[in-house]
Amino acid sequence: MNDSLSLRDRIARQVREIPRSGIRDFFDIVSTMRDVISLSIGEPDFDTPWHVRESTVFALERGATHYTSNLGYLELRRALSRYVARQFGAEYNPENEILVTVGVSEALDLALRALINPGDEVLYHEPCYVSYRALILFAHGVPVAVETRPEDGFRLTRAMLEARVSPRTKVLLLNFPNNPTGAILDQRDLEAIAAFVREHDLLVITDEIYAELTYDQPHVSLVSLPGMRDRTIFLHGFSKAWAMTGFRLGYACAPAELTEAMMKIHQYTMLCASSLSQKAALEALSRPEQDVREMVDEYRRRRNFIASALADLGLPCTRPRGAFYAFPDIRRFGLSSKDFALRFLREEKVAVVPGTAFGACGEGFLRCAYATGMEQLKEAMRRLGRFLQRLETEKTAGTS
Amino acid sequence: MDPAAPMDGTTVSGSTLRTVPVRLPANVDHGTIMDELLKILANNALESRETIARMLNLPVAEVEARIAEYERAGIIRGYQAILNEDQLGLDKVTAVIEVKVTPQREGGFDRIAERISRFPEVRSAYLMSGAYDLLLFVEGRNLREVAAFVSEKLAPLEGVLSTATHFMLKTYKHLGVLMHPETPDERLAVSP
Ligand SMILES: Cc1ncc(COP(=O)(O)O)c(C=O)c1O
Repeated sequence: MNDSLSLRDRIARQVREIPRSGIRDFFDIVSTMRDVISLSIGEPDFDTPWHVRESTVFALERGATHYTSNLGYLELRRALSRYVARQFGAEYNPENEILVTVGVSEALDLALRALINPGDEVLYHEPCYVSYRALILFAHGVPVAVETRPEDGFRLTRAMLEARVSPRTKVLLLNFPNNPTGAILDQRDLEAIAAFVREHDLLVITDEIYAELTYDQPHVSLVSLPGMRDRTIFLHGFSKAWAMTGFRLGYACAPAELTEAMMKIHQYTMLCASSLSQKAALEALSRPEQDVREMVDEYRRRRNFIASALADLGLPCTRPRGAFYAFPDIRRFGLSSKDFALRFLREEKVAVVPGTAFGACGEGFLRCAYATGMEQLKEAMRRLGRFLQRLETEKTAGTS
Repeated sequence: MDPAAPMDGTTVSGSTLRTVPVRLPANVDHGTIMDELLKILANNALESRETIARMLNLPVAEVEARIAEYERAGIIRGYQAILNEDQLGLDKVTAVIEVKVTPQREGGFDRIAERISRFPEVRSAYLMSGAYDLLLFVEGRNLREVAAFVSEKLAPLEGVLSTATHFMLKTYKHLGVLMHPETPDERLAVSP
């Protein structure tokens, strides 16, 4: 082989320059260890509801194994239209305003690529889901992060947005309930954001994948606010609330022209989402209330447990109100998030994700997913207590 | 054994060893029939009072008081472990018996049902709609013992018209718990 042949240099610049997800690095370490309690899993520990699995088998037997319409089965889009109208308060025409995708992941990519010209700025808030910045860059956009803060309960305010908006800002990307902070926005927060969006004439992509998982108050969607539906791409999917991560099924709802634009990319790159997963989604929508409520009740109990356990351990933590993550503040120990997480993993065999995986402003925080059984949560909190005590002892030994 | 008992909180799992707690059926609106505390206990009666208190955002003393109240009121009637008896290889058979009875004047079905329920061999007893009236789960050491119970105790009772006895061969699921090894957690250890 030619020594001067550097393949790395030939990789597209925007791909080369984006670091691997911090989550992946951490995964590589955790996966070499045994008997680890993992609070670093961003997916439900529940099984996909049995009726969904059973009817997927039936669909397979019946031969639902072919390409579907690019947009997805019309029957599914009709069911989605009804569900979104009822749950989120916005009407979408199943014929041309709903696109079924391979997870919200694909929908995010489509939405960004459909809207962004090179150099357009995308406002988004950090800490946030690990993919946002990279997806904006892949779409040749300019990511502009707005930092949410623990003192505001990690909520996004108009003032924060005003400080970062520019004439080149084209899109605002939102995710509430939020991964990794568990923050939600209420009606008033959203109204202020809607006013900001109208004033600056922006488009919005709203990733509401955790919408069903709120514990203190019902979710309010941006698309239910006046005028917002017509300038928003609404994203949702089945991974979280239905515990269907492996099915890879999501959808985008947007005004017809935007749906058509996303569909163009989807058609050429993906063709259609898996036929079986679409059948599974249709079954999942047949009785969403029961399936989801059981899981939400259990997550709420765990949320209460972990919030109270962290408080007793003296770790400040914004009360998580949605999704299944707690995001405690570990700054007083003077360790970086990564060092803390690594030591905690090595010494106590508990995996949590360093806050920096979700943006630089996650430094000093950890993401603890409570999508894990109570027994593991209890044991993890016991070990955390032991670990914190050790850190305290070291600290006093170091200063005396 | 107490097969297929309805979710009445009388038999609860000792499931601290299990990472997968018993799940109540999702198609019933437990919100209106059972409070959160009872749901937790029905899933795992060994859950510590401290943990329950945290899960419900209540003081420990309040949790204890409410459990005591449920016990006093007879809503919680006991705590049992859920056993995989097949695995124990016990000298034991369980029969499911359908019984037709004539309701009695004044007592209706209750009097005869209670009379039958008092036999220690009868582990569970239900009043049913449909082709027969009472459904019993009866235990004995062997077929002969159960047959003797039916022919000597049950069938001769005044009011019992007929019985049909079925023996249970294998338990797949008991009180909401699958008896055979569950699939391991296949999730990756870290995910976004
Ligand atoms: C905020 C957010 N958006 C999107 C996704 C990806 O979801 P999907 O499985 O539908 O691709 C995740 C998964 O963790 C997420 O947390």
